[in-house]
Amino acid sequence: MDLSVLNPVQIMVALIIASTPVLFAALGELVVEKSGVLNLGVEGMMIVGAIGGFATGAATGSLWLAVLAGAGAGALLALLFAVMTQYLMSNQVATGLALTLFGLGVAALAGQNFAGVTLDVAVRLDVPGLTDLPVVGSLLFGHDPLIYLSIFMTIAVWWFLNRSRAGLNLRAIGENHDAAHAIGYSVRLTRVAAILFGGAMAGVGGAYLSVIATPLWVEGMTAGRGWIALAIVVFAAWKPGRALLGAYLFGGVTIIQLNLQALGVPIESQYLSMTPYLATIVVLVVISADKARARLNAPACLGKPFYASS
Amino acid sequence: MNLVKKIMGAVVGLGAGLAISAGAALAAGHEPLKVGFVYVGPVGDFGWTHTHDLGRKAVEEAFGDKVETSFVENVAEGPDAERVIRQMAQSGHDLIFTTSFGFMNPTVKVAKQFPDVKFEHATGFKRDDNVSTYSARFYEGRHVIGLIAGQMTETNTIGYIASFPIPEVVRGINSAYLAAKSVNPDVQFKIVWVNTWFDPGKESEAANALIEQGADIIMQHTDSAAAMTIAEEKGVMAFGQASDMGSFGPNAQLTGIIDEWGPYYVARTQAVMDGTWESMDTWDGIKDGMVEFAPYNENLPKDVVALAEWARLGIMLEKIHPFTGPINKQDGTPWLAEGETASDGDLLGMNFYVEGIDGVLPN
Repeated sequence: MDLSVLNPVQIMVALIIASTPVLFAALGELVVEKSGVLNLGVEGMMIVGAIGGFATGAATGSLWLAVLAGAGAGALLALLFAVMTQYLMSNQVATGLALTLFGLGVAALAGQNFAGVTLDVAVRLDVPGLTDLPVVGSLLFGHDPLIYLSIFMTIAVWWFLNRSRAGLNLRAIGENHDAAHAIGYSVRLTRVAAILFGGAMAGVGGAYLSVIATPLWVEGMTAGRGWIALAIVVFAAWKPGRALLGAYLFGGVTIIQLNLQALGVPIESQYLSMTPYLATIVVLVVISADKARARLNAPACLGKPFYASS
Repeated sequence: MNLVKKIMGAVVGLGAGLAISAGAALAAGHEPLKVGFVYVGPVGDFGWTHTHDLGRKAVEEAFGDKVETSFVENVAEGPDAERVIRQMAQSGHDLIFTTSFGFMNPTVKVAKQFPDVKFEHATGFKRDDNVSTYSARFYEGRHVIGLIAGQMTETNTIGYIASFPIPEVVRGINSAYLAAKSVNPDVQFKIVWVNTWFDPGKESEAANALIEQGADIIMQHTDSAAAMTIAEEKGVMAFGQASDMGSFGPNAQLTGIIDEWGPYYVARTQAVMDGTWESMDTWDGIKDGMVEFAPYNENLPKDVVALAEWARLGIMLEKIHPFTGPINKQDGTPWLAEGETASDGDLLGMNFYVEGIDGVLPN
């Protein structure tokens, strides 16, 4: 076995690329859940984002239009969820699951003419001079702009939730929607906005997958990443910084596992594939074993329907 | 998605049925034969499932109004599969093709409950009075691409993206390795198991890892064209899998192994119509046209193409067997003696690497 063929910087970069779609989706869902809504349709919103982004990228050749289209497609599907759960008061869990199935179907239908199409819009952010620095250069610079956007969004979501007035309102609504309503916050509008944001972020994650990470379109290409994003939100205990860590951990396990296998290290790949899920379960157990901690983390009104009192 | 398509299929089917009812079919007392297909991936995967669906279309084309086909895609291997297969049997299908190894037990189980329905399971080994099995000798194709890979690699490193450690996949690895080794003694295989048939993201991550570790040729035994896309982007070579993936890698694809199911599906449907259907085991290869090849990349040197063609014809004429001794198992114990060829039984149960392959075969 020759460990020298392993390039830690390249592994790190591969890890980040593998994690970014999930990170986008997880950040979006985190905000949604903080507002007290459980949207299990992440997988569906990701896949419509993937086809929306891919189709636009193929038609226009522009990365940014593709990303915008992905966000738009995800948000559009999320709008459906928002109307159903916030105005028609349908059950959030059932509606979310239906959204996933619906999203997969719509994406397959819309993508029929795009199977076999290739595109090349991956615009790399090349910073002259800096990329050539050893280690730091190739680690920090020269990636696609969406990686930087995902890190920026992590900070932005943290700032919004913890440092802004609107974020405080959103958290208040997630913790106790009746009280928030009583003091005059608009529960529904806030939640609809959060759901749309969640959809847009899932859509960007999907578009990242189909436009940059694996530049092609095939049905079902998200392959369960939406569910991983949901797991990461819990794993992260609804904290954006930890969502970033969680996403990189999930991505890292996959990438390191693949690299070790290519090296010929005798590991049972199934065990490594399981570890992120086991970690999620452990976190779930830890936070629910301790009542005080559970109250600190999970939004108290998560998944509960809100009926506005007149 | 399955539901949407099924409903749409049902509506279209109903419309077609009504149209036919005015015509000759019903007047003559013939109801169309219902043929169902259960797929593990999406029909648009441009790989394994795509080729089975081409086979389904060939059946429709061959028999016109006399058949009615339907399919359910993205069926997970496991309890879901049993539900889908049973539902198909209940809804009056006469012949059902289940096209993934993991559908074996559900197929056999449901078949016991529906003795009048004929079942065909791809790549498995359990048969019953109303369950046939069929597969293609993909390892023959792997022999040909192994020869090409062995000559074309400059780093002497070939990356192999494998799905599950079942005999089918292990056979492919061994066949390709032996062929590559025969033309290039220094060749080395790096094998990565991704534990999935279809996950484009993971397949491309595996391709990236292999390329970073020096592989300049990628082979795959997974269902999507993701690895081909990555190979094209990174400027390395690759082989199409199941379908012609040339559109994803116009420069990268050297050739590809193409599965040709149409003739078999047509023949079996005909057998049910004629009442001559019997439970049997079919394992056809290059000779019978079940294993075909994508066009050779035009940048391949003439002598490489010549050797590949020679091997293809040799296999077709049964002059060449990809597993011809002397071959030792990975641990050095002898498997085939000089000149001996592997029996089908040995091939079907293959659960070991041959000598020279690094790494441990997962259980």
